Amino acid sequence: MRAKAGVKQTPEIQYAGTGLSSKDFKEGKILCTRWTADAKYAWDAGIAIGKYLAGFKAGKILGVRCIKCGRTMVPPRAFCEWCFKTVDSWVQLRNTGIVNTFSLCYVTWDVKRVKKPEISAVIEIDGASKGMGIMHLLGEVDPNKVRIGMKVKAIWKPAAEREGAITDIKYWKPY
Amino acid sequence: MSERVAIIGIGATQFRSITPDVSYKELMFEAAVKAYEDAGINPRKDVDTFVTCAEDYIEGTSIFDEYVPDQLGAVLKPMHTIPGEGLHGIATAFLQIKTGRFGIAVVEAHSKASNLMTPDGIAACAQDPVYTRPLRLNSHFIAGLEMNRFCHATGITRDQCGRVVIKNRGNALNNPLAGRAALVSLGDFCSCEPVSCPLTELDIAHPVDGAVVVVLASEAKARALSKNPVWITGVGWCNGSPNLEARDWVAVNYCTRAAEMAFRMAGITAPRNELDFAEIDDTYSYKELQHLSALRFCGPSEAGHWVESGVTTTTGEFPVNPSGGALGMGHMYEATGLARLYCAVEQLRGTAGKAQLKKASRCLVQGWRGVPTASTAVAILST
Amino acid sequence: MGQRVAIVGAGMTKFVRRAQETGKELAFHATRMALDSCEMNLDQIDAVCLGTAPDTFDGVHMKGEYLSDGAGAWGKPYMRCYVGGGTGVFSVIQGWYHIASGLCDTCLVVCEEKMSSYQPHAQAAFLTIFDHTTERPLKPNLLWIFAMEMNRYMTTYGLRKEDIVQVAVKNKRNALDHPCAQIAKAVTAEDILNSEVLAWPVQRLDVSPVSDGAVALVLASESIARKVTDKPVWIEGVGWSLDTAYWTNRDLCYPRYVEEAARMAYTMAGVTDPRHQIHIAEPYDPFDYKELHHMEGLMLCGKGEAPQMTVDGITQRDGELPVCPSGGLLGVGNPIAAAGLMKVAELFWQLRGEAGKRQVSRKVKRGVAQAWGDLMQVGTVVVVGI
Repeated sequence: MRAKAGVKQTPEIQYAGTGLSSKDFKEGKILCTRWTADAKYAWDAGIAIGKYLAGFKAGKILGVRCIKCGRTMVPPRAFCEWCFKTVDSWVQLRNTGIVNTFSLCYVTWDVKRVKKPEISAVIEIDGASKGMGIMHLLGEVDPNKVRIGMKVKAIWKPAAEREGAITDIKYWKPY
Repeated sequence: MSERVAIIGIGATQFRSITPDVSYKELMFEAAVKAYEDAGINPRKDVDTFVTCAEDYIEGTSIFDEYVPDQLGAVLKPMHTIPGEGLHGIATAFLQIKTGRFGIAVVEAHSKASNLMTPDGIAACAQDPVYTRPLRLNSHFIAGLEMNRFCHATGITRDQCGRVVIKNRGNALNNPLAGRAALVSLGDFCSCEPVSCPLTELDIAHPVDGAVVVVLASEAKARALSKNPVWITGVGWCNGSPNLEARDWVAVNYCTRAAEMAFRMAGITAPRNELDFAEIDDTYSYKELQHLSALRFCGPSEAGHWVESGVTTTTGEFPVNPSGGALGMGHMYEATGLARLYCAVEQLRGTAGKAQLKKASRCLVQGWRGVPTASTAVAILST
Repeated sequence: MGQRVAIVGAGMTKFVRRAQETGKELAFHATRMALDSCEMNLDQIDAVCLGTAPDTFDGVHMKGEYLSDGAGAWGKPYMRCYVGGGTGVFSVIQGWYHIASGLCDTCLVVCEEKMSSYQPHAQAAFLTIFDHTTERPLKPNLLWIFAMEMNRYMTTYGLRKEDIVQVAVKNKRNALDHPCAQIAKAVTAEDILNSEVLAWPVQRLDVSPVSDGAVALVLASESIARKVTDKPVWIEGVGWSLDTAYWTNRDLCYPRYVEEAARMAYTMAGVTDPRHQIHIAEPYDPFDYKELHHMEGLMLCGKGEAPQMTVDGITQRDGELPVCPSGGLLGVGNPIAAAGLMKVAELFWQLRGEAGKRQVSRKVKRGVAQAWGDLMQVGTVVVVGI
């Protein structure tokens, strides 16, 4: 190795990287292998989320409480992440909440364009500590009228259709 | 280099084939609470840096470290993932403490193998997408190829490989954490279906669920906190060729290089004489024998005689995997090496119960990332 | 405390939407260029660190091992680090602790991303970053969470979209001078405000693209660095911090984790007054508002003040505090881990006065690079200086 000032980063340096277009694939100029991953999972819900899901089936939103920091938390967890101790008790929260933030989304998860936006929101659940929200959807509302701070309530699926899932709440609507 | 690095706390759950009662977070929380209790620390106040060893495809979640800080007490603290063997995580914590800027580091790894519905399909995603995957072979074929060539070149026999299984699953009977303890006989191999000849179902360490958390500390912190610190005197890790076509199937040189790095650091020149026992990778039966010679404990064909003549049993001259190894305790993906380390620390502390060895003051721990990798990590531990 | 660590070489590939090269080949080209830039070869490299983001993009499990030969890691101590989008800057931290520990004297840091392998569009792969039980059943698009964060940020501080888009105008224009840029363009605020709404308030031109690309750096201890170059760029401080997974329990208006990471890095670097002691910044800018959010987290301005600073031209290349002079992710492109490392490479070139047409007007001696990732959750920060 010897003393060296380093190569000047100037435009005449040739950078690697060859961009391709969809046309290159369509016309068969580029060969590629295809693979669909066979990756399937069945995650154990465990103690805290297991009870949360059972609550949904029963039409209830459940939270947990930590006596040490005084927080009532949702989604529930078996431990308080701030105090690093097991949580102390379960609390039934209300069916209402406040929109903490939201988005009007015109693209689905798999990148399909939609005319009517999906309205995702973080909803602070009444009965939980301030700022404790969950992600969910808003419905029965004019997208242009959604506001941060708006009061909303959970619209549940009929009891017979509930299966113990986050989707047992169809969406939240202003009240 | 500044301070020495010690292990001051270990925690683990039971290793079981299924754990439907708890989520992965709750599994990790249990191991973490035990480790912090063992070390006498509060993670929220005392720990400077956290490492989790995980692979997204095994978790079924992309960017898995998102879901880790809470149950380790790591919220708003330095934490990151090493997608590697748990022992790569130990090497990482070791490096961080050696910079002199971190006093206490925590390493976590776990397995929720029972949540994988298509483990073979997931394993296939690690094969080279262009060269290997189109052959549509179960990933164990790589171990079958290697075992065949290894046995052919070294003269190690099918029976000698079988004896590794008999020893390790038998050792596990004395290990209350182990999930795969059993009495196996050579006769069992005659009736066992081959998976990828000569590899049979019995030669493979089968997956279990579990979590392991390890607390490491700088010398100053270790001396202040711990009555029985276990010192990490050397670490080494190395990566061979990812191409199956370019591999030496007999001598796994990457393993030798990793060991040499660790021996150099620990000042070890004659590993067989200077160390009392070893907890090494036995993901497949033949791997224990292959790793024994790659780690410089014996010659390439000698390992077979060792296992046959009882050298590597718990009462032998050089016990190997007294814990039961992955064959006896179960394979835990990235946590497999940490399980080896956990049991090694118990031996060095003299708290291994029925599995306790007569002489246990210095040992080697090794982990391998499994097929199709050529990636390994080694640590030397000392009382 | 630990040995000093310098950056002595850098290399990168072009950032493109879909590269003909495989991930291994991209990694190879960046690595080769980085080694050539300081006239070193692989035999002189003690260890290799690799950064790459979700395996689902490439569809390769244990992607670190797969990419290893391309990254020059055959037969070497080699590890991959991973903190989502924060990976690119973290990989430099990983290289730093390899050398600062005293175990290594030289280290290659390589970041690669090949997002185009995922078909039909990489965005769908992001579904798997959400909680499998409480969030995935809602079928969230990745854009949701950023749009919600942007909305919260704008509402909390009463910010105007017209001001925020100035970041995209600046970065896309800066990128016109970057030979590797994917989407450099002279665009106006109107163009951005009129672009397609994806997830309000996020529009098409607020967002960085999907990219393939690789970047590599060579790191060395002080004794080696002095032999290799007369212009080492020192790693003066590093910091990282990971916030809770329960992102819906946090106030998204401010990235506290970035502040924690920055405090750690500044303390190490002896920076007590970042607004004056930091001369140039490369904060993470996958969306225009993120650059602003991160400037605030990096304490380069007060909370809610970054948009005005941008409107005032302070963050332009000829401004008082040039921000993303490279063109950032919004202009150069966003091959996730590689984009983060590109930011550190840019500071390396800027501090050495080798940034060509991108060279900032003022004399710069200390800079900060930052990346961000996970569920709006992790901050990784590196302070470099000459």
